[in-house]
Amino acid sequence: MNNYTPTWMRVLKHVIIWMIIIFALFPIVWSLSASFNPSNTLVGQPLIPEDATLDHYIELFTSDIHPFTSWMINSVVISLMTAFFSVSLTTLAAYPFSRFKFRFRRNGLFTFLLVQLFPQMLMMVAIFIIFLLVGRSFPAIGINTRPAVVITYLGGAIGVNTWLVKGYMDTIPRSVEDAAYIDGASHFQIFYKIIVPLCKPIISVLFVIQFIHSYSEYVLARVLLNTTERFTLAVGLHMFVQDQYGARWGVFSAAAILGAIPIIVLFMLVQDHIVTGFLGGGGVKG
Amino acid sequence: MFSWNKAFIFKLIFLGLFNAFAVWAAIILFVQRNYIFLGVLVLGVIVINYVYLSKKNYHLKYIVPGTIFMVLLVVVPIFYTVYVSFTNYGTGNMLDKQQAINQITGRHHRPEDPREFYFSAFKDEDTDEIFVLFEDREDGSLFLGEDDQAVPVDPDDPRLEDTTGDGEIDTFEGLEKMERPDVIQNVSRLERKEFEYDDSLMRMRDLNRFALYRPSYEYHEDEDKIVDLRTGEEYFPEEGHFVNAEGERLDPGFQITIGFDNYRRLITDPRITGPFIRVFIWTFQWAFLSVATTFALGLFVAILLNDKTMRFRKLYRVLLILPYAVPAFISVLIWRGMFNPSVGVVNRIIEYMGLSGLPWLQNIFWARVALIIINLWLGFPYMMLLGLGALQSIPGNLYEAAAIDGASRWQRFRHITLPMVLVALAPLLIASFAFNFNNFNVIYLFNEGRPAIAGAQTPAGGTDILISYTYRLSFEAGRGSDFGMASAVAVMVFMITAVLTWINFKYTGALEEVKENE
Repeated sequence: MNNYTPTWMRVLKHVIIWMIIIFALFPIVWSLSASFNPSNTLVGQPLIPEDATLDHYIELFTSDIHPFTSWMINSVVISLMTAFFSVSLTTLAAYPFSRFKFRFRRNGLFTFLLVQLFPQMLMMVAIFIIFLLVGRSFPAIGINTRPAVVITYLGGAIGVNTWLVKGYMDTIPRSVEDAAYIDGASHFQIFYKIIVPLCKPIISVLFVIQFIHSYSEYVLARVLLNTTERFTLAVGLHMFVQDQYGARWGVFSAAAILGAIPIIVLFMLVQDHIVTGFLGGGGVKG
Repeated sequence: MFSWNKAFIFKLIFLGLFNAFAVWAAIILFVQRNYIFLGVLVLGVIVINYVYLSKKNYHLKYIVPGTIFMVLLVVVPIFYTVYVSFTNYGTGNMLDKQQAINQITGRHHRPEDPREFYFSAFKDEDTDEIFVLFEDREDGSLFLGEDDQAVPVDPDDPRLEDTTGDGEIDTFEGLEKMERPDVIQNVSRLERKEFEYDDSLMRMRDLNRFALYRPSYEYHEDEDKIVDLRTGEEYFPEEGHFVNAEGERLDPGFQITIGFDNYRRLITDPRITGPFIRVFIWTFQWAFLSVATTFALGLFVAILLNDKTMRFRKLYRVLLILPYAVPAFISVLIWRGMFNPSVGVVNRIIEYMGLSGLPWLQNIFWARVALIIINLWLGFPYMMLLGLGALQSIPGNLYEAAAIDGASRWQRFRHITLPMVLVALAPLLIASFAFNFNNFNVIYLFNEGRPAIAGAQTPAGGTDILISYTYRLSFEAGRGSDFGMASAVAVMVFMITAVLTWINFKYTGALEEVKENE
């Protein structure tokens, strides 16, 4: 390797990196600044507001026109439910694929993989019509309800996640279970008392990733939800921006900052797993 | 052989609840004659009960719950999308044929000289209910509006009273007849009231009278035609509408399968094909440029950071990863404000440098440039992380050998780093291509696919990619929906995406992984 780098070159490296950092941070810093800036317009905003204010944040929670609180609650509830159920269902489904021998095991696995060829977003028309029809018989899970969105997300999350959990389970040595079988445990007891605790790392990572994914989803939520107070944050903020942009930049920025913070935190928790594409890291711990 | 342990009892309770719920749902579906859904439900119930009560196939107990969701919300929609792409489903053709017939034959018109009824209204102040009594002054017959029906009533009916003795009934079940001002106040409620009488309909005509409206159309099942009862004109079903000899259509139309017509229109109808081809080409350009730009910047940063001795390396990495951590829908909306030509910060900076601002939202070229910049911002941190990982995997002795041979920095990058990184990351680059190919959020949230392409018959915009085009064909307000054509576009995207992912599976050996599970 080259073991000598001239000083000017090292300095240049830092300068270039800082330029890219400015590019990376500028939009974030700019909206942070706008969210504290008393002026509500896009024009003439100084980067560091002279008289910082929390007005925009207060308006966000008190305004009747744009129910930001409901959007936030909808997003969090939908994402939590999706994450919880998808992780439960995929852990269940992964177990026999990893541990049992049965007919069609390979074909079953292949089907789960094949389903990933088709992004669910492309089926928006079909999904919309299906929930329109379902809603006529069962309004509680039809168009414009949280369950409709959660059920839709669940359908899309099963295939790939089952593969990931199965891959992780494969790395757990069978010797752990053999002892339990000898003691007369049923396969469900083994699943529940041994396998699930050992799979905690992948389960928690998938939970967080699924949460982020559902929280950030726009188009299916947009298609399925049609009244303002039922919107998720993604759908609501887009509508907010379409309605009144220039005039309410400060309020929008406050919403953007508050909406982004939980995801940034969660992202930092799982970033290593995102980089390895979820598949790489997965040794047995325990 | 049952073992009455806790798990078994739990299972029975659970199954019992599930079945009770299913029966309730089945009754609703049966009453509504929704036999397709009923069939699906019954099938589901049979499968679930079999799986959980049978002693065999215990692996299914784990697989079935998740699979049900996957089948209903991925597999079924795939086939349904294909089906819809062969129909004319959309605004004007939403209903099935029977529903369309019902709606058309349910229309009434007022004949030239309608039979008329003078009405008296009685309001029950307690229940806020309004009763209407009709009198045909020509023959003196009386009718009472009940459950949307006009029912003949005897003048001596005990419910009717003439308390003032002026020959007019002024009390109904003890309720006073509404005076003129009351009637005017409740006129909109009265106007909404319709009462069936024979095959006709009584509707309010003015403040004194209801008139008998005659049905306008009649359906003849044997000849499958609709006859206009006013003119005698005959309408026959043709391409999803009832059409008469002059080619006039009756609305609403109905759904029919139209074979490959949606696909044919996309490829041969000049007003649709032109914009569609532009959208198609831009989708590929967009996906390619997105991967190329993010990969170039990401790898560049990764090479800069790939120096263990560098100061602040960890800090830099965290700061540079931030754009990737912000949900895309939020950052795209922020960028949308920054690119706003009149008030956005980007043009202010350009103007500050003494140049004139650019039409980021109105001009197709500049809107595309803005999108590439936004996507570069969104995507380069991911590529940087991938690059850092890939650089780690390049064996150091390659560089040592190159150094001995006297290779320059550029030569080392060109002949060692780049090829090694490309090979290592190829599958992820293909995946990134497929992702950006369908990157709805960036395109749609930035500018809703606008600016519009001039002269396009369908809502095709200059920055629309296939997936946003699908969305706008289906759901853009104001234009009406064309689910059929939208689905045809979606099916095309299915095929392209499937090919891309398939190539990727080949690359990553995911298919071999399946085979290993023999």
